[in-house]
Amino acid sequence: MEKTEEKQLTRSDLARMVWRSSFEQGSWNYQGMQNLGFAYIMVPAIKRLYDSPKQQQAALQRHLTFFNTMPYMQSTITGVVANVEQQRANGAPVTSEMINDVKTGMMGPLAGVGDPVWWGTLRPVLAALGAGLAIGDASLLGPLLFFFGWNIARLVFRAYTQKLGFQYGTEVADRTGHWLPKLTQGASILGMFVMGAVVPRWTTIKMPIVLAQVHVNNELKQITLQMICNRILPGLVPVILTLVCVWLLRKRIHPMWLIFGMFIIGILGYVSGVLAL
Amino acid sequence: MSIGIVLGILLVAFLAGMDGILDEWEFQQPLVACTLVGLMMGDLTAGIVFGGSLQMITIGWMNIGASVAPDTALASVVAAIWVCGPVQLSVPEGLAIAVPLALLGQGFTMVLRRVVTRLVKVAENGVENGHLSRVTQMHLASLLLQGLRVMIPTGLFLLIPAAWVTSAFNALPVVLTMGLAIAGGFIAVVGYAIVINMMATKQLWPFFALGVALAAVKALNMVALGIIGLALAIIYVQLSNRQQPPSAGGDDDLDDLDRELEDL
Repeated sequence: MEKTEEKQLTRSDLARMVWRSSFEQGSWNYQGMQNLGFAYIMVPAIKRLYDSPKQQQAALQRHLTFFNTMPYMQSTITGVVANVEQQRANGAPVTSEMINDVKTGMMGPLAGVGDPVWWGTLRPVLAALGAGLAIGDASLLGPLLFFFGWNIARLVFRAYTQKLGFQYGTEVADRTGHWLPKLTQGASILGMFVMGAVVPRWTTIKMPIVLAQVHVNNELKQITLQMICNRILPGLVPVILTLVCVWLLRKRIHPMWLIFGMFIIGILGYVSGVLAL
Repeated sequence: MSIGIVLGILLVAFLAGMDGILDEWEFQQPLVACTLVGLMMGDLTAGIVFGGSLQMITIGWMNIGASVAPDTALASVVAAIWVCGPVQLSVPEGLAIAVPLALLGQGFTMVLRRVVTRLVKVAENGVENGHLSRVTQMHLASLLLQGLRVMIPTGLFLLIPAAWVTSAFNALPVVLTMGLAIAGGFIAVVGYAIVINMMATKQLWPFFALGVALAAVKALNMVALGIIGLALAIIYVQLSNRQQPPSAGGDDDLDDLDRELEDL
């Protein structure tokens, strides 16, 4: 038998997979979750690597199995899987089970890194910066900073990690494994610090209720609850309120109840005169 | 409202709906969606301010694993229409109405995520029978449905005459509207709490405390605070790594960083 030419994914195949990955969760569903999404991303690679419809069919079928991870972390996995599929297309003894094991082995740990870094830190920090500009100065810079900052970070990350995954294949974990935990840790520190700064800065609780009246140089001066709290630490009440919410969340109270609770506090505060606009 | 404005708003609703499931481009986030609605309705400033305010409430809403957060897409688009358009809701009123709208949108997406299971079945059966193009077709069809999930309700809300919405809001007792407006000032703490709850470990609470303390220094703006936070994170990661026995070849880039720092 004549040796066929080596199958090789082109740059444009890989670029199209990055583009497709930006629509990965379009068919997110309760059964296979991102299964169809993953197959959708793999289509350009499968078309390039396998000539016969039978092989293409088998490849699509193995990528329609259950899959779920944090979407942006999926690019690393796509890269690795593309590498393994390419080896398989060139005759390496790779079974469907091995490919599936690669996917399921990576999706959990990567989601564990991706969720706190992207959803837990980067988006809240960018959103807080953008919303601060939007509310403060009604500046278009706020939404623009958020939109472009996010999408540039996301697309660069997707393209880069897919490239890494494709380059190193299943060894990518050895290359990245040691700095991923550091990244998560560093991001969590930044996130906690920024949240600590945002809570007192961008929360308004006005408590003009008068607690005492004192004479200072023959002038009647009113001491409000607000003044006392500000004397202790600006933003003390919002911080306490936030910590109470964290505590309630840990007691498995649904966030929506907390939001309604805040509305109730607002109404009761107005009725009693403790709070004001 | 002219047909052009209506089409523009429906386009924004469609994009926001698709991104409600994708979580990629962030068209579903209030800061983006409300700004675009404001642009379409000719009151960009109102859209930006309302978007920023609603963003603060939704800042911690995230889809993790198989859990579905309240839907920011429908909430942002419809509430922004009423804030920026002829209804002229105030920002606190808009925030108050956005919360039930988010729950409504969440209900829609949970139903649709079940419906999509069937489309995925169609794709699977198609592949089994040799129709390989079903993968791309069904994936995009599902995405389209997610866009319509927000676009159609938005269209229906647009049919409600502005005067009705205005009079409905005017009929609310002052206690309620004032109470909601006051709550609008601090309702964001729930979102902050969600984010903190996700990240907080015993070792990280001191960083939260540092943030609180430094926020009191008014001369520091958010960018300066961000730089401080970043510096603290880098310092902590470096130091906590140094205490561990050096593992074989595992700390290359950190060592590089150390060397660079020493060169300074």
